Amino acid sequence: MDKHISTPITAEITKGLHAGDYVYISGTIYVARDAAHKRLAEMLDEVETALTQEERETLKRGEPVKKITDALPFPLENAAIYYMGPSPARAGRPIGSAGPTTASRMDRYAPRLLDLGQKAMIGKGKRTQEVVDAMIRNHAVYFAAVGGAGALLSKCITHSELVCYGDLGAEAVLKLQVEEFPVIVVIDSEGNNLYETAIQEYAQI
Amino acid sequence: MIRTVSTEEITKHIREMCIEANHYLSPDMDQALKHAQDTEQSVLGKKILNQLQENLAIAGQEMIPICQDTGMAVIFAEIGQEVHLEGGFLEDAINEGVRQGYADGFLRKSVVSDPILRENTKDNTPAVIHYSIVKGDKVKLTLAPKGFGSENMSRVFMLKPADGIEGVKEAILTAVKDAGPNACPPMVIGVGIGGTFEKCALLAKYALTRPVDEPSSIPYVKELEQEMLQKVNRLGIGPGGLGGTTTALAVNINTYPTHIAGLPVAVNICCHVNRHVVRTI
Repeated sequence: MDKHISTPITAEITKGLHAGDYVYISGTIYVARDAAHKRLAEMLDEVETALTQEERETLKRGEPVKKITDALPFPLENAAIYYMGPSPARAGRPIGSAGPTTASRMDRYAPRLLDLGQKAMIGKGKRTQEVVDAMIRNHAVYFAAVGGAGALLSKCITHSELVCYGDLGAEAVLKLQVEEFPVIVVIDSEGNNLYETAIQEYAQI
Repeated sequence: MIRTVSTEEITKHIREMCIEANHYLSPDMDQALKHAQDTEQSVLGKKILNQLQENLAIAGQEMIPICQDTGMAVIFAEIGQEVHLEGGFLEDAINEGVRQGYADGFLRKSVVSDPILRENTKDNTPAVIHYSIVKGDKVKLTLAPKGFGSENMSRVFMLKPADGIEGVKEAILTAVKDAGPNACPPMVIGVGIGGTFEKCALLAKYALTRPVDEPSSIPYVKELEQEMLQKVNRLGIGPGGLGGTTTALAVNINTYPTHIAGLPVAVNICCHVNRHVVRTI
């Protein structure tokens, strides 16, 4: 089913999305891939070691902790993170080629970010059960964008700006404005997985 | 007769080849993708194949790379033994071509200087270069920028001679099944059978540079290529891994003599952006 959604991606929105839905996203999405996730995790480790007992308990309950919210380079609450590293922009374009990268490399970091409020991941490829469990726990969704369609997806991006980690080059964190950015719900907030069901439908051996 | 080729000329060609490979697919790949649009059974799969066509059109018209992963530059340099190279050191000349191509073509710089320390070299060098000395007085350059979504799903299997051809088939299917959606299907599958541990990997990589409409010249290998393409397409993975009948566009297999005790098999998976440009100087 074709659906059109706007960011922020709230639990209200994700509850209405089902594996197999073709979704067009408009609004703000953030870009982060391997090296940026590693830095985010290291930063969170550092902040968390400095938390008081009370703050630790708040975090355990899944409630926001100011020290963490303040330290994050962008708000994670209801955010969509696009696993992507673009090619450089030519003059007059906001961004270069901009297709998804393999999401499984972010599996180690994703549950923690989902627990901090992130609601959508955009990438391609399989995820671990730990990620799916965190998605169900937090009403989050996993979208796939078409891998290798970087020129087409680039045309749906109207603005791009650096958020942080500029020294990482193609792996820096970016804030994008997108219009009707095409994705497919692969794993929904109930854990239904299109990769598993669709392949079974066409498998002949 | 000794023929002189300047390494400066090689730099110029490599620069152009990097830009060309990342914006235009070769005619054989283009044809294979169009054919898949006609035969794909899944509605969603067809929609994705249509998007890939649209993507290729935008890439060529607006000079936006087909895929943002413009790859690590893999280069096969086949140098005729009657060629005299003049100018700077060949390896420096090739890397300079990559440096210029990736800068001038607005291509992504995806290479880190050390696998553990991971600092980006910011110019996509060094390239991975495979040299061979061949007959004649020409220099043949094959450039194949390799993206890592599919490279990461590639495998080497050290089979036993008793595993035979059935073992080879099983190895290919295992690699493709494990790769699934991660390798950006529809994929092209390069297979190397024989040689040693490293030789079979190189055979597989080189097999990816063979046009997808050009079967092996060895009769049983040609049959194996056709059979495996059918089998892979029955796995149901489909375009984007979202189900369908087009999981691969081609299976290209290269073989080499091997040891009495071994049957090495390498499966090098490439996504649908199977880029290769060949030039002979």
